[in-house]
Amino acid sequence: MSSLFDQLPTLLAASSELAPARSQMAFTLGFHIILASMGVAFPAIMLIANYIGLRRKDPDALRLAERWSKVAAVLFAVGAVTGTVLSFEFGLLWPEFMARFGDVFGILFAIEGIFFFTEAIFIAIYIYGWKRLPGWAHFWTGVPVVIAGIGGAYSVVAANSWMNQPGGFELAADGSVKSVDLWKVIFNGAVPYEVPHMILAAYLVAGFLVASVYAVGMLRGRRDRHHRLGLLIPLTVACVAAPIQFVVGDTAARAIADDQPVKFAAMECVRQTDTHVTEYIYGVCTDDGVKGGIGIPGFDSFLVGFSTDTEVTGLDTVPASDRPPYNTMLHWCFDTMVGICTAMIALGLWLAWAWWRRRDIPGTPWFLRAVAVSGVAAIVALECGWIVTEVGRQPWVVNGVMRTEDAVTGASGVWVNFAAALAIYAVLGTATLLVLRTMSRRWREPGDAEVEVPYGPSEPEPPGVEAK
Amino acid sequence: MSTADAVAGVLWIGATLYAVFGGADFGAGLWTLLAGTSERGRRARRLVDWAIGPVWEANHVWLIFVLVVLWTSFPDAFASVMSTLFIPLSLAALGIVLRGSGFAFHEQARRLRYRRFAELIFDVSSLLTPFFMGTVVGAIASGQVPVGNAAGDPVSSWTGPAPILTGALFVATGAYLSAVFLVSDARRAGDEDLERYFGRRALAAAVAAGALAVAGLLVYRADARYIYDGLVGDALPLVIVSALCGAGVLAMLWRGGRRGTRPLAVGAVVAVIWGWGVAQHPYLLPKSLTISQGAAGDATLDATLIVFGIAVVTVLPSLGFLYTLTQRSVLGEGEGDSARRPLTRAEQK
Repeated sequence: MSSLFDQLPTLLAASSELAPARSQMAFTLGFHIILASMGVAFPAIMLIANYIGLRRKDPDALRLAERWSKVAAVLFAVGAVTGTVLSFEFGLLWPEFMARFGDVFGILFAIEGIFFFTEAIFIAIYIYGWKRLPGWAHFWTGVPVVIAGIGGAYSVVAANSWMNQPGGFELAADGSVKSVDLWKVIFNGAVPYEVPHMILAAYLVAGFLVASVYAVGMLRGRRDRHHRLGLLIPLTVACVAAPIQFVVGDTAARAIADDQPVKFAAMECVRQTDTHVTEYIYGVCTDDGVKGGIGIPGFDSFLVGFSTDTEVTGLDTVPASDRPPYNTMLHWCFDTMVGICTAMIALGLWLAWAWWRRRDIPGTPWFLRAVAVSGVAAIVALECGWIVTEVGRQPWVVNGVMRTEDAVTGASGVWVNFAAALAIYAVLGTATLLVLRTMSRRWREPGDAEVEVPYGPSEPEPPGVEAK
Repeated sequence: MSTADAVAGVLWIGATLYAVFGGADFGAGLWTLLAGTSERGRRARRLVDWAIGPVWEANHVWLIFVLVVLWTSFPDAFASVMSTLFIPLSLAALGIVLRGSGFAFHEQARRLRYRRFAELIFDVSSLLTPFFMGTVVGAIASGQVPVGNAAGDPVSSWTGPAPILTGALFVATGAYLSAVFLVSDARRAGDEDLERYFGRRALAAAVAAGALAVAGLLVYRADARYIYDGLVGDALPLVIVSALCGAGVLAMLWRGGRRGTRPLAVGAVVAVIWGWGVAQHPYLLPKSLTISQGAAGDATLDATLIVFGIAVVTVLPSLGFLYTLTQRSVLGEGEGDSARRPLTRAEQK
């Protein structure tokens, strides 16, 4: 027993910080990505409601916009702190990565800083500007938030794209960066598909998630105009985005087959380079091929090159140490993401058909049930996509250039950090949900909705104003 | 002046803005921690909510700005600081999460018990976050951060007298700035009682911050000799300006004056930050990494300056717009406005 205690410090010191560092990064990013998506896309949905409200003098739409802005405020605050944590983690967890490549791709975060600043400033003006600013002037203070959201998403996702397709720098013989071409960093090879893919994902998550809240309300019998609008505005946005996302995602998968063939092979469980490769839906990836799952002969080759004669690169082209881990999980994540997107398109077609025939949402409760689960489904698809991108790039932090194990901190005790992050984020997530529920309950109380008018004179101004 | 020096200047501008605006924000949390639950304490807390509500998020973007400029333009310094000072920086990040979420949640919490809990989280993390950030600065200043991945001591690097005192100084400075700002905010809200309340607190914090600054100078003489020599050498004029500003604020507060304290208080803090910058020049990490040694390539430095230029013409006017709207009380939350704006005594009757 005592010998174990003697060895414990040495054991702890010897064990790498890589596993806890990767776990913490994956967990905190996976948490933040939901809030970031809401931050990018929710303000646009809110402004659409605001626009409809002002244009058609529709008090229901205006009330939705006002309430959504308050929800956006809470989500933005939590997103801002979890985002700040990530910028700490770059240094806390991956100092070698930052020391070597901070000067190459860091500039994207500087650009993101401008967008984030703009977003923080104008979202504050918008949220606190109800009642005090005239209607259209107030509407326009929200527009920079939407633009900055897209710009910020570009910058951050472009940084990740660069990790997938690094370029725009030259290495000296000792491995240090010799020269940098920032245009090639900012517009790196993976930007054209990864950036739109993520921005659309944000719109899908925000759209379906907000719509799902109102679908639940309608299933519980609250079928007033307020709920119908609250369902239709975000749902329309998401249903328009879904088919575009499918095309963008399909393009991305083909580009990855070219640019990161090992990642693609892991996504599709392709062991050996071959033509006429079978496409497997689910199934377990083993060294002897895919066990179980639904196989469509030749279809994987067809998806990559529109012909079953297309050669698909297999995992065997690189040594085992250069292959991504968790092959089956990656494959399942990819299939789940594609499956959910397909179901979303079907949901959109259902809505479009009913609208075309009857100018109404489908009458069956099964439609509302489908919308009610679409929000969570969108988040699942988002996380799956993120796992495919990140785990699929392993064992590299900078694809083909720097290994993740060489990037990690030399500080000890990362697992303490990870445990703390798990505990605090669990509380944070729960508190966020509770606060949002409290807000929605307060809004449902009788009296509140009738008294509230979004624009117009409000309470007397603070006394100091008249004195000036 | 080299491009690297210019970028270091940009970094310092960001650090200064964070110290002033973020520092005042943290300080406000200290005052709510001390406000208690008396009737007046609740009013003080409402004033703080009302004053920082619209601006606190924008104020803290300066921290992101500093981190980003550091890792882009001086990546070795960033990596060395973040890995050696892993513990205090982790604690600061923890404080940022708790503080931001505590503030975002406390307004919405319905039950008093949860509200008080969220407020307590906000208050305590407002105290701890600047303290740990101060220890980081003190550790850098006292030469405890060598170049390399976790090359310095994980504990003793930031637990010496200089880092601890710097942490305390950060807390006191934030409290001082915040109290001075809140005096103006109380006047804006028309609450003369709170104006006097924060006036007294500003005075106490000014004395505490001044005493800690003098003590800090003595500790730096022993533990951070390079910075001390700079402060009493090249940076002496700035130190004197800071002292004069600080003394001016003290005198005005003592006489019960309110007008003009804000610019003087800010001046005292800005002068000492730039004094420190001059004293530390040309080192990023005193005695182990100079600005030119640690700088990224020219293409990256130029790009950082360009991005900063864009920020100056886009972000600063927007920020000015936000502060103007806030100061003229154009912004206020709809349904919560009557709850947010602190009621004056007259209104309560």
